[in-house]
Amino acid sequence: MSLRNIGIVYRKELTEALRDRRTLLSSILVPLLLFPVLGVAIGYAFVELVGAASREPAKIMILGGGDSPDIVAGLKRAKNLRVVPTSPDYVNLISNNKIRAAVEIPPGFEASAARGEHPTIKIYIFSHEIKSEFGATHIEKFFTEYRDAVVRDRLATQNLPESLMKPFDIRQQNVVSAEKVAGETYGGLIPYLVILMCMTGAMYPAMDLTAGEKERGTIETILSSPIKRSHLVLGKFLMVLTASLVTATLSVLSMGTSFFVFGRFAALQGQAEDLPVLTMHAETVFAVFTMAVPVAVLFSAVLITISVFAKSYKEAQSYLTPMTFIVLVPAIAAVLPGIELTPPLAVIPILNVSLLCKELVTGTYHWNYIALIFLSTCVYASIALFLAVKMFQRESVLFSS
Amino acid sequence: MIEVRNLSKRFRDKKRGEIRAVDSLTFRCQPGQVYGLLGANGAGKTTTLRMLATILEPTDGTALICGYDIVEQPEKVRAHIGFLSTATALYPRLTAREMVQYFGRLNGLDDSILKKRVDGIFDRLDMNGFRDRRCDRLSTGMKQKTSIARTLVHDPPVMIFDEPTLGLDIMTARTITAFIRECRDLGKTVIFSTHIMSEVEKLCDVIGIIQDGKLLAEGTIAQLRDQYDEQDLEEIFVKVVAPHYTSAEGH
Repeated sequence: MSLRNIGIVYRKELTEALRDRRTLLSSILVPLLLFPVLGVAIGYAFVELVGAASREPAKIMILGGGDSPDIVAGLKRAKNLRVVPTSPDYVNLISNNKIRAAVEIPPGFEASAARGEHPTIKIYIFSHEIKSEFGATHIEKFFTEYRDAVVRDRLATQNLPESLMKPFDIRQQNVVSAEKVAGETYGGLIPYLVILMCMTGAMYPAMDLTAGEKERGTIETILSSPIKRSHLVLGKFLMVLTASLVTATLSVLSMGTSFFVFGRFAALQGQAEDLPVLTMHAETVFAVFTMAVPVAVLFSAVLITISVFAKSYKEAQSYLTPMTFIVLVPAIAAVLPGIELTPPLAVIPILNVSLLCKELVTGTYHWNYIALIFLSTCVYASIALFLAVKMFQRESVLFSS
Repeated sequence: MIEVRNLSKRFRDKKRGEIRAVDSLTFRCQPGQVYGLLGANGAGKTTTLRMLATILEPTDGTALICGYDIVEQPEKVRAHIGFLSTATALYPRLTAREMVQYFGRLNGLDDSILKKRVDGIFDRLDMNGFRDRRCDRLSTGMKQKTSIARTLVHDPPVMIFDEPTLGLDIMTARTITAFIRECRDLGKTVIFSTHIMSEVEKLCDVIGIIQDGKLLAEGTIAQLRDQYDEQDLEEIFVKVVAPHYTSAEGH
């Protein structure tokens, strides 16, 4: 009888949810479109814009250099630089993005370089402004080549081999599997996303099924039916949990697809060499979802517990908005470099799952941590669910008006 | 049959301290009769009826409905009542039929019985024209009929109506009063709260007048007329209540 009643409530709530545009929007459409739109569109725009910025000739100004004609001519000839007439106002021009950089050539530069003195070239830039930094890179490249040419000439005049310039090479080599590299690159993103989406998916239904029910005046109707309040809240909870998991699943699927499409697109553009491709094995996906279930239970129960206090949908919204930040802080903390699982961190809700998922994605399975985190999250989830049931039995909460 | 025994409800209010919304009420409603609970706003009518419907829990005392104790066996009680008030709204995204079926299922009806019940009620209340229309697209009258169908689906022996005609137009209100009369004729126990005197005169077999949660007078209309030597029910009501009256706003 009890399971039957929970099932009846669940089926009814599901029917209503599937007919509600706001639920469909928040649980299905947003997760499906968020990544293609955000990820691919922004990623595409980024690649395109950065590419365009690096290809675009940078407007630069030469300060001095009257006695270094070869250098000035060389800079003027450089394909990716466009030299504008000198003006004393170069700092303003750089600040206002009128020119990208200015290069100061000290007096007698060519001659002193030839004499083996150590003159300094100064490049003035707008630090962290991408086009300005591209301009500086082009100028630096020009001078590095010039410096190499000067050294090569000197070696040649003394009949010394060119290899003297570079007696040895330094090379970094990756020894870790591509899967782990990709996991390290995107690993933090996945738990963040799963947790965020578990929360987003649960939020609207949790408000609608509690505060919404009070606002519409159906709470008294349902409470006058023979169903036990604990069964009623469990049926509602299952609906919120469903929405939470559906949203998380859809967003991971959508993200996977977006990564795949984006990877193919980058490959076509010839920019895929440095791009680690995220490949997740079935067991990794399974493991991440296994960990996501108690998190979704925790969120669903907490959101129900809080929003049942609200008299209206709007009031519930104002209660739950700060919750989003509380939940996001540990999820974001896990993305920070250098934070790794330790026993104390393994019992901090949300942060523990974020950190664990980050490991899971790189194919690392620390079974002790997995057990500890799964169990502790289950405990938190049970407490939250117990509280939700208790709140539904308090008439001061249900009839707070 | 409803038997109310010393039923009390106290609320705690931060500003006003303890409020005795219902204070040791004792009365009895018989099958085939309509018991009218008459009182001003804030007299304790809604709290009393919500306790009878087990939506609120009494602080003291209890009531038996069809022999079931509202404190000890609230689920049993709810399975034997139909509760209707202006606050019992419908689920907007369910159709009229789904709404009634939902409550039938929660009352433990299996699908074959439920189908017969729903068909029967929809025929009787002339609801077939909108049975598959969503509740948020129904007119007020259609909504009231759907609410009535919802309270009837499990054929409860006791009906509780809390100011059921409040805010309704005359035609819709008449649907409700006709329905209350029909319940009585079917031998159900009916308790109904109102402050509309004409409704009381038309419908009630026994009247209880309450103020400040206390039952101040009780009897048939004829008995009250005799007792207070007054024909007009409104005058009787004022005579009973006036010595105890402080307006709801004055609380």
